[in-house]
Amino acid sequence: METLERVIAEHPFFVGLDDGFTNLMVSCATNVRFNAGTYILREGDPANTFYLIREGKVAVEVLAPQHRPIIVSTLGRGEILGWSWLVPPFQWKFHARAVDETRAIALDGRCLRTKCEDNHDLGYEVLKRFAQIMEQRLDATRLQLLDVYAVRR
Amino acid sequence: MGGDGVSPQAHGVLQASQLGKLLEAVRRKGYEVIGPAVRDGAIVYDKLGSVKDLPAGWTDEQEAGRYRLKRRNDEALFGYAVGPQSWKKYLHPADVLLWSAERQGGTFRILNSETHPKHPQAFLGVRACELAAIAVQDRVLLDDKYRDPIYEGRRAGMFIIAVQCTQSAATCFCASMGTGPRVQNGADLVLTELIGAKEHRFVVSATSACGAEVLAELQTAQAAEQDFHEADAAVAAAADEQMRSIDTRGIKELLYQNFEHPRWDNVAARCLTCANCTMVCPTCFCTNVEDVTDITGDHAERWRRWDSCFTQSFSYIHGGSVRTSAKARYRQWMTHKLGSWIDQFGSSGCVGCGRCITWCPVGIDITEEVRAIREGGKNGNP
Amino acid sequence: MATTIPTDPMLPEPYSVREVAKETPDTFTLRLESEGAAVKHWFQPGQFSMLWVFGVGELPISISGDPALHDRLVYTVRSVGTATRSLVNQRVGESVGVRGPFGAGWPVETARGRDVILVAGGIGLAPLRPMIYHVLHNREDYGRLLILYGGRSPRDLLYRKELASWARNRETQVLVTVDYGGPSWRGHVGVVTTLFKYSRLQPDRSVAMVCGPEIMMRFVTRELEIQGLSRDNIYLSMERNMKCAVGFCGHCQYGPHLICKDGPVFRYAQMRLLLEKYEL
Repeated sequence: METLERVIAEHPFFVGLDDGFTNLMVSCATNVRFNAGTYILREGDPANTFYLIREGKVAVEVLAPQHRPIIVSTLGRGEILGWSWLVPPFQWKFHARAVDETRAIALDGRCLRTKCEDNHDLGYEVLKRFAQIMEQRLDATRLQLLDVYAVRR
Repeated sequence: MGGDGVSPQAHGVLQASQLGKLLEAVRRKGYEVIGPAVRDGAIVYDKLGSVKDLPAGWTDEQEAGRYRLKRRNDEALFGYAVGPQSWKKYLHPADVLLWSAERQGGTFRILNSETHPKHPQAFLGVRACELAAIAVQDRVLLDDKYRDPIYEGRRAGMFIIAVQCTQSAATCFCASMGTGPRVQNGADLVLTELIGAKEHRFVVSATSACGAEVLAELQTAQAAEQDFHEADAAVAAAADEQMRSIDTRGIKELLYQNFEHPRWDNVAARCLTCANCTMVCPTCFCTNVEDVTDITGDHAERWRRWDSCFTQSFSYIHGGSVRTSAKARYRQWMTHKLGSWIDQFGSSGCVGCGRCITWCPVGIDITEEVRAIREGGKNGNP
Repeated sequence: MATTIPTDPMLPEPYSVREVAKETPDTFTLRLESEGAAVKHWFQPGQFSMLWVFGVGELPISISGDPALHDRLVYTVRSVGTATRSLVNQRVGESVGVRGPFGAGWPVETARGRDVILVAGGIGLAPLRPMIYHVLHNREDYGRLLILYGGRSPRDLLYRKELASWARNRETQVLVTVDYGGPSWRGHVGVVTTLFKYSRLQPDRSVAMVCGPEIMMRFVTRELEIQGLSRDNIYLSMERNMKCAVGFCGHCQYGPHLICKDGPVFRYAQMRLLLEKYEL
């Protein structure tokens, strides 16, 4: 059975992290599993956890009246779900549902926020990685918005 | 029966008063003679009835955005540079019916159209730069993956009487492009007009078998060393006169690497995208196709017409045109003419005739634009 | 006996419309058959024809059918203007003029023995479909087949039934995503590059072929490079205004290339610097 420490260290998001920091992260981490169809987080709820997806697929959704929820993005292996835990007001802006059975590592956001405040070097490593994720997501979102397949009139 | 590059088989000196005999000899061989004539204030190409139609005693004064005919103080028959038209008017016509089609039952039938002129044509007064331009178009329309049957049909029957320039216009720069004023290959007969106070003669060289046959029918005096010497000197003087030039060294790379040079914005502010340059350019070959029907809808025709990369619609694909700005279109034309043409066809597309400079309503000078880009450093940064 | 009749590349041949199938609200697939004596059609995946509607106009359309079926020519056309609209409105039994095939096609030979990655965006799946058929008919000659397809929304997806059946072939993975999922879509949502993480690529033994809007091809080729493919193993299909398809009219120029003759398929290595130039 893999240790949580090794799983975190090998997860793409944390590759290159100093051993000491990995230890700090591990103390905030647990293994979790979601059955297909389960809601992992809901819009409006306090955001105190984020997830490193190990296997499976997660749909980020918006609830709209008269409709079934509309998927705005799907995430898979190696990706991070949730960053609202990092920025005030620490509240989820979307729903996230496990589409397939999904295994992930849940990191206690409150715990990690405290550790980052105490150790700015750790905080910097975490923020560096989140900045990269956000850039990739923003790029992909912009490309989605470009509506490249539409017929231009 | 164009020039087949053989060394001159015969020479002679023809008195100017006898030039009509040359036209007659050519006509006897079945050719319709096309040559220069004065019309609407310019020297244009048209069917020649006789030598009387030639622009005797006329010369052209050309500058950027300026063309005027002026009387000479002699009766030289070819004492000008080039007019707004080029021989592509005949070889690569501006309006051609490609084919027509008729509905038949549930389907249609294509009727191929015959587009060859009734008689083979002889071109009189072809300049060195124009011969070079014909060779450039040969490469594009005959020597690539496909052959253009229209160009091929017209080109095959031609007889070319070249006349070397003994003077240059201010907009000429054929010397720097290596295309003139001395005629190289491609003609059947090469004439050089020598005119003085007391005499007016042509030194004639036959540079093909056909040319030699025609020359043999004329009463010409033996050409002497002196005649060749005077002819060469006159042509050399035309070259020396040229004030414009393009430094063509590395020009393709220069243009490819300066896609964002600020000079393009500069020229774009002046360019009207009127397409005059492409119309007068002897090597521009772009065309458009137009499909039309008659009122019944049972008869359709496809026409081919000259087109220009300066038009907004030239680069249109669904959603819009790719080259919308004047900057992009001018840059495309110049980069293609001087640069990418080399990658596509193995030589420059420009023959240095200067027509684009003369006929640009705002006087944009391609030689000046090249200089500005060269001197400005990479993308305008030293 | 069926023979290949050499056709004049400048004159349209009348073809009969045998079937018009609706793929999406604005996209239709036409099946054409020659009206002359039985003719065998040969084309390379990635080539295109010039299709002429009597008296309306002529358009370049990629051949989207199976290159192993020689009795027909199949085209998937999106109605975006007058000419395309008249093409998709053809009825069975009417005649369409065909010239071609023209152009350089997908690297069918170069890709032999290697994994084939096909990335399609929108209508871009149509010019890639002949390549898919070719690989599936000659399965032993190629390695793994990965098809990544991105569309605007679920109702804009082409060939949905075929996508499902292609996925059932051995060593074949088909991944589909849309930019806008809408209320009933339960599949992937996001741009087509987000699909790479669901596949395992072996970049050293792969050849990629990309087709779609130019913006899409730019971000896909960037991602393919990040995934480890070299520029010489990535191919694109380019598009520009075309009038003659035989290199004479000058409309399809793209830098030093004429897309009708040198393309429409090019290696990314040749295209990379050109794609960066705005209004080229």
